Amino acid sequence: MDVLKIATAGSVDDGKSTLIGRLLFETNSITTDKLQAIEASSKKKGLDYIDLSLLTDGLIAEREQGITIDVAHIYFSTPTRKFIIADTPGHFEYTRNMVTGASNANVSMILVDARNGVVEQTFRHFYISCLLRIPNVVVCINKMDLVGYSQTAFEEIQTKFMAFAEKVKFEGQQISFIPVSSLYGENLTASSVSMPWYTGAPLLSLLEEVTIDEQLPDEESRFPVQYVVRPKSEEFHDYRAYAGKVASGLLRKGERVVVLPSGQETTIAKIEKFGREIEAAQAKESVSILLEDDVDISRGDMIVPFAQLPKQGRQLDATICWMDKKPLRVGGTYLVQHGVNISKAKISALTNLIDVVTLEANDTISALQLNEIADVQLKTAKEIFYDSFADNKANGSFIVIDEQTNATVGVGLIK
Amino acid sequence: MTIHAGIFPRELEDEAIYIFREVAAQFEKPVLLFSGGKDSITLVRLAQKAFYPAKIPFPLLHVDTGHNFEETIKFRDELVAELGLELIVRYVQDSIDQQKVTEETGKYASRNVLQTVTLLDAIEEFGFDACIGGARRDEEKARAKERIFSVRNDFGQWDSKKQRPELFDMLNGRINLGENVRVFPISNWIELDVWNYIKEEKLAIPSIYYAHERETFERDGQLLPFSSFINITEDETITTRTVRFRTVGDMTCTAAVESEAVEIDHIIEEILSATVSERGARIDDKRSEAAMEKRKQTGYF
Repeated sequence: MDVLKIATAGSVDDGKSTLIGRLLFETNSITTDKLQAIEASSKKKGLDYIDLSLLTDGLIAEREQGITIDVAHIYFSTPTRKFIIADTPGHFEYTRNMVTGASNANVSMILVDARNGVVEQTFRHFYISCLLRIPNVVVCINKMDLVGYSQTAFEEIQTKFMAFAEKVKFEGQQISFIPVSSLYGENLTASSVSMPWYTGAPLLSLLEEVTIDEQLPDEESRFPVQYVVRPKSEEFHDYRAYAGKVASGLLRKGERVVVLPSGQETTIAKIEKFGREIEAAQAKESVSILLEDDVDISRGDMIVPFAQLPKQGRQLDATICWMDKKPLRVGGTYLVQHGVNISKAKISALTNLIDVVTLEANDTISALQLNEIADVQLKTAKEIFYDSFADNKANGSFIVIDEQTNATVGVGLIK
Repeated sequence: MTIHAGIFPRELEDEAIYIFREVAAQFEKPVLLFSGGKDSITLVRLAQKAFYPAKIPFPLLHVDTGHNFEETIKFRDELVAELGLELIVRYVQDSIDQQKVTEETGKYASRNVLQTVTLLDAIEEFGFDACIGGARRDEEKARAKERIFSVRNDFGQWDSKKQRPELFDMLNGRINLGENVRVFPISNWIELDVWNYIKEEKLAIPSIYYAHERETFERDGQLLPFSSFINITEDETITTRTVRFRTVGDMTCTAAVESEAVEIDHIIEEILSATVSERGARIDDKRSEAAMEKRKQTGYF
């Protein structure tokens, strides 16, 4: 059974919560007690309908203000797939939460109110979906019932969206449009009778059929060493394995590999999972690797196939999204966590501050404020073994940590 | 449309093992919070897998309210002995005796809230910097907002507005002195995933998860187990029924369901057709709409 991760974003009024509520309801994923609880809360708020957003807006502050502030994770399944929705806020002030929720997504679901058409938030959400290279984007044009199920209205929005999308989308990214009415459940789990002109699949079928193709076809293999397993027991006296999660590609028993940074060459003797030997390990699998030779390896080192060396160096060029109230400044020092490897780093240049709606760039900046996106150049203390984010997501991203507060203050996508 | 039992998505196990290894690598003194319930039993198996053939490199901590199901305690001790684990037990009764907390009174008296103090004291006593727990995001709406590494201040409090962004799979466990991190490796599992995993891994679980005869009484539309820990009123009558538990907490706040399920497949079928959620059987969550978030703010896990 596979898992599809979906990121959604939107504002209070675009019907996102109703849409998610509907999906849960029609896949039998809401239980009576949860439904009764939100029914009671809706009444308390003086509403004459069940406010399904109360299902996902779990924090006191969110219910008070009627908005989504932080990412909520919502789960449902159909016979073929498990779905995880990261429901994120759409306001500019919460861009960082949107980036957080979308970072692991296979599908980005963008909601557009058919009456209002594309708005600033639509552009922002799509821009972030492209920045994070989410391969599938589904644009749900909602509240079709309020525009008389008009095909023209649908097509106008589609045209306007594509005019923007053409400027930012990446090669191979799939964009689909679905006219829906969450309130009446049209084109969600079943095709709508009110919109015979729409011949595509309803939303749920589309989500069930999307290929989860996180692995790019020519992605090289990367194994960051997470933990060294040394039992030191009598039975396993000389046992030494390198535990980790395969970041990308495939590693095989008997394969010739290089250990970075030492550059020593050796061969994979065994790949194990809880004591069971396997022939090969693929991306996302947590395994233990045993090597033929005694090599000096510690956490943060990387094992890669002999002929698939990553880029290496102490200077990184990246797009960065800033996530802290205290701005990022040129000359500032931070910690950079690239996978499980941590190094000190200094910001040497900041350029190309992007307005994600107008796509205008500003080159004369010395600081990056909360929620802003720009290009950064930084120097690391340690050598980093990386790929560009476009080639390899897992080995092409890093987080920035403030050394004083220990908070995660930014995310970088390597060029 | 009905949900099918499906099979366990192995990706969730890989993710949880990755999280366990990050804990062992990033923290000095982690501990696994163990209640004897199905979620913490699942955690123990995942920890075993993460470090095999080495032993689990941290102890288990059980915060004992004294209001336990005896089957759970028996199970706990057998598991610890079988796997050669280190178990630390701290008692809510001690916190009461030291007058750090006051026992609740009345019909709804429970030690569920009191255990937070005992937990925070244990964290301080041993200097734990990471507490691994079996909470899942699908259980409850405040838990749906939790990070995998959830930082708590030096009073053990959760601040929902100050959560660290978690991007891709990179986990930042750096903390200031006195702070600690609550770690939730099975955040992305739902109840059914846990049961499918227990089935596929053939894990033993306490007998109270299966149908058995028990003295129970009705309160507020739920079936509560009768015990010497609970205060019952005159109009409540005790009847022996065939029941099982879906979740294991304190005897005073865990409701039973009538059930004939004696095998794990029966349990899975029951969950698939259930119209009430797992936490619907937890009286502690029903105290108010924001009961869980409020408890988290004071250091509950």
